[in-house]
Amino acid sequence: MDQIITAVIAIVGVPLVLLGYIIFGEQIIERLPDSLQGWIRPYFWALPAIGFAGIFMVYPLIRTVILSFRNNADTRWVAWDNYVYFFTFPDTLTSLRNSLLWLVFYTFFSVFLGLVIAILLDRVRYESLAKIAIFLPVPISAVAASIIWKFMFDYQAPGSPQTGTLNALVGAFGQQPVPWLVNSATNNPALIFVGIWSITGFCMVIISASLKAISTEVLEAARIDGANEFQIVQLIVTPLLWPTITVVGTTMIVNALKIFDIPYVMTSGAYDTDVIATQMFRQLATSHNARAAAVGVVLFLAIVPLLVVNIRRFQQQEEQR
Amino acid sequence: MSVTTTTRETTGARATVSILERFGYRLQRLPLHLVIAIFVAIWIVPTLGLIINSFRSVSDMSNAGWWTVLFPPHGFSLASYQQVLETENVATSIVNSVLITLPATVIQLAIATMGAYAFAWMKFPGKDLFFIVIVGLMIVPIQMTLIPVLQIFKVTGLAGTFIAVWLAHSGYGLPFEVFLLRNYLGGLPREIFESAEVDGAGHAVRFLRIAVPMTIPAIASLTIFVFLGVWNDLLVSLTFLGSSPNRPFTVVITQLVTSLGGGWQFLTAAAVLQMSLPLAVFIFLQRYFVRGITSGSVKG
Repeated sequence: MDQIITAVIAIVGVPLVLLGYIIFGEQIIERLPDSLQGWIRPYFWALPAIGFAGIFMVYPLIRTVILSFRNNADTRWVAWDNYVYFFTFPDTLTSLRNSLLWLVFYTFFSVFLGLVIAILLDRVRYESLAKIAIFLPVPISAVAASIIWKFMFDYQAPGSPQTGTLNALVGAFGQQPVPWLVNSATNNPALIFVGIWSITGFCMVIISASLKAISTEVLEAARIDGANEFQIVQLIVTPLLWPTITVVGTTMIVNALKIFDIPYVMTSGAYDTDVIATQMFRQLATSHNARAAAVGVVLFLAIVPLLVVNIRRFQQQEEQR
Repeated sequence: MSVTTTTRETTGARATVSILERFGYRLQRLPLHLVIAIFVAIWIVPTLGLIINSFRSVSDMSNAGWWTVLFPPHGFSLASYQQVLETENVATSIVNSVLITLPATVIQLAIATMGAYAFAWMKFPGKDLFFIVIVGLMIVPIQMTLIPVLQIFKVTGLAGTFIAVWLAHSGYGLPFEVFLLRNYLGGLPREIFESAEVDGAGHAVRFLRIAVPMTIPAIASLTIFVFLGVWNDLLVSLTFLGSSPNRPFTVVITQLVTSLGGGWQFLTAAAVLQMSLPLAVFIFLQRYFVRGITSGSVKG
């Protein structure tokens, strides 16, 4: 009950506090000399946002980098020890390998399938209905999606009835059931597939929006010139969509590197399915803070190139404004 | 007379050709429909299977696949839902999810709108630099921040409270929201703000009476997005509320999945309950939902 009251107070109170902050703050600022107003006002307005970003992102970022060079109790410097651990311990190396697998396959297939499905659906009348179907997993949480697919991949010993959809299909073709999530040849592809399944609709919607912006005249002209549909897609549509594809692709790369929920819920990282983010959480949960920090820094360094790309793109957009 | 006959004959011939053509065209397009049907099946059947399974008893679930329900005897049952809701912590955690999600959404959007206004309509030294930092922060993995933020919460005594996750979610969500709203606010016509200024309206009035009402479409899309993001979150709550009685639904489900070796089948009902809110939001507010996605990702 107390908690409900606290929540209501937060929902109503925070906007009210901000409102008061704006109105009374502005009244004070308006009484100041003009030259001072111009200085103080913008910071006054941006302060809450900048403060949050500073406390919850910028400071922790710096602090994590420092901690990754300290011992676990944060009492002395240990130079590269935590990184040496990361790059020599077999378990963490496995997580690094798996994150690379996610990076390559998750990124490629989610964008590729998003593109293919967008192009295919563009050619049929029931497009909007089919789009809903493909998009359906996007609003579903990774936790729920993991349970959905735990059932799809369910495995029973050979001979007993297979309740997992995939193993029932495999059985229908007269094959032995496969322990998808245990078998080290199938478990990582299986998890990555769940990730792709969850996000393809997202890629499809964005790519489809750009696809609709391509003028039909261009495509008609190509058809009259005798181009077949494959040539049109390969030589006209894909190049025109390329800027969108790169934007979606970079978003997917970031997603792939950060992926946590799916491996954590489906296998808890067992049977060599750990990724960098689950490895980091394991270190954190077992109070190996300094090692966890080093893992976090490795993850961050992997994302830095994309950060640069994003900032460049932003600056280009600003010039066009 | 003869003229009309000829015309009729030609149209008749044309009609035959076009029926044949249309048939050929249909036949040609059959693979297209087939491929689409396969994609749609792969994307829909798993969710459908889970939903069907959630309405069966646990013993049925472990004896036969969900598809057996399609044939009589169907054997529907609400036992899984009953079992889930009676499981320790589950019912409270659903309430917790609501109590975490609503305030977290309101807090971050209120602060973001105000900050975005400053970035869109004010000039100040360091503005570009601040904004570039914000653009960079949008993709910084939150893993990078977990340990120090956890320490902050421990020192301030907020560890394990709702306030901790409200603040953490707000901090993590703000960069993207400020970025998006600033672009939207910056696109509003300059003349409106200038004429309001001439009429003597201060920034407080211009923000509350002009900027906020005109930004409602963007704020609405963003609200849906942020709301679902927090509702579906696992990592933030797991880190800051992992063992607290305040932990949300996603965390409790995950802990049940990992702690139960077998007999986890009744969690199908939990998963359906957890995803019913996002699915309802998506189905009823589809337009805002898709607009939010497209405007957020491909801007400019």
